[in-house]
Amino acid sequence: MAYSDKVVDHYNNPRNVGSFTKDTPGVGTGLVGAPECGDVMKLQIKVNLETGVIEDAKFKTFGCGSAIASSSLATEWLKGKTVDEAAKIKNTDIVNELKLPPVKIHCSVLAEDAIKAALADYKDKHGAQAEAGATTK
Amino acid sequence: MALKFPIFMDSQSTTPADPRVVEAMLPYFTEKFGHPASRNHPFGWEAEAAVDRAREQLAALIGARDPKELVFTSGGTEAINLAIKGVAEMYREKGNHIVTTVIEQRAGLDVCKRLERQGFQVTYVPVQADGLVDVEEIRKAITDKTILISVMFANNEVGTIQDIAAIGKLAKEKGIIFHTDATQAVGKIPVSVEAMGIDLLSCTAHLIYGPKGVGALYVRRKSPRVRISPLFDGGGHERGMRPGTLPVPLIVGFGKAAEIARTSMDEEAARLRTLRDRLQDKILSSVDEAFLNGHPERRLPHNLNISFAYVEGESVLMGLNKESALSSGSACTSSTLEPSYVISALGASAELAHSSIRFSLHRFSTEEEVDFVAAKTIEVVKRLRDMSPLYELAKEGVDLKSIQWKAE
Repeated sequence: MAYSDKVVDHYNNPRNVGSFTKDTPGVGTGLVGAPECGDVMKLQIKVNLETGVIEDAKFKTFGCGSAIASSSLATEWLKGKTVDEAAKIKNTDIVNELKLPPVKIHCSVLAEDAIKAALADYKDKHGAQAEAGATTK
Repeated sequence: MALKFPIFMDSQSTTPADPRVVEAMLPYFTEKFGHPASRNHPFGWEAEAAVDRAREQLAALIGARDPKELVFTSGGTEAINLAIKGVAEMYREKGNHIVTTVIEQRAGLDVCKRLERQGFQVTYVPVQADGLVDVEEIRKAITDKTILISVMFANNEVGTIQDIAAIGKLAKEKGIIFHTDATQAVGKIPVSVEAMGIDLLSCTAHLIYGPKGVGALYVRRKSPRVRISPLFDGGGHERGMRPGTLPVPLIVGFGKAAEIARTSMDEEAARLRTLRDRLQDKILSSVDEAFLNGHPERRLPHNLNISFAYVEGESVLMGLNKESALSSGSACTSSTLEPSYVISALGASAELAHSSIRFSLHRFSTEEEVDFVAAKTIEVVKRLRDMSPLYELAKEGVDLKSIQWKAE
């Protein structure tokens, strides 16, 4: 199976690889997938508590090239979005952008799950501020 | 010698035809195009002589008493189908039980699954962590209804070589027909149907530097005389076991490939073993938590299978595939979305099955290629581990099994 140029580019030059310390204020962490399924994504966001804007995002992924590319792309898209805007990223957007074939759609689903998990974790930890941030925009 | 890219290290999926094989085949496409069953003119005689010669070459390679014991097929898959289904149909009155292993090639497993749907009973004997089948497990699985034991000679993924002679002896003792799928072993390591008590043996040309599209089934004629039903009906070719016009050029190529394999096997196996060990040492000495799959000694000289913990196999291949061709047991490289059932059968975790990479060397592999692939593999695995959340967790001392994973 040949890969799309965009998948190859993200694989060769993954954006935003790394980790934030989990308990840093503003950080939300999502860890999804399972090692026995061959895919695990850790996606983190760092939200400005004043504005509710995602200022930085990082990922680490165990998985195939398409899984790496999906999570790398997700971090790119997350940066600069508000928490509410981020919640609207759909796996189909990732599929279209990376031209993923049908057998790789689960990689995009996992990336969407990772975004949702990171957002949920952020909201769990920063309930009051998250609401406050949301009202300032 | 300068490296030529891409480097092929996937010889257990197929091999390039040896130029000497192609040369031997060419006349049989054009001037020597006769039908070997044309009994009444020189074109036929010439073609029949060529097929007979190939049969002799192949018989010599597998230690068969009589070249007539070889039936040409379209390849290994057909040979395996013919062997198992052929015995099942022919001996159905005698019994309906087959003993095989969990690590057979897909063809062997799928034939058995079909037979199960048709009322046969199949026992899939497990393997040990090194990929070896315990012959006693086979003995225990045998019932008074067992008509066939089918065990692969050497595994296509991890290269483990079974104790075929011991299984042959057991089969003889119990009066049960013994088939071995030797597609990965023939031409690579010594195989002798006589010395090892093999009744049926499947092999294929394209794994021994011959053409794709031709294989053979050895069918024992004496002590015992094995009979099999054909898969399909037609003009009675191959003693009725495999009707259809023989692909003479392919068969000639198969014969030539068998002859080259027989005369060069010892030297080639020794050379490939040295190269393989070099590749293995380089990788295992540089990468932590990399595990050799299969048996450390009893394995094909050209095979190396390693699981790299915390990185997924397809992503490793993706980092290598610009310069080199390898294969992985990862689900992402299979059509079934399941990780390698072979690696899983060795008792490895599913995660390690997803992380397995197979390196398979061949007649034209060089030391420079081995050194390049070793260095590149080490580099790619390190890079992927730097972006692996599992590696990070493991390095933090977290037991991955303690995490509640949320699978899709």
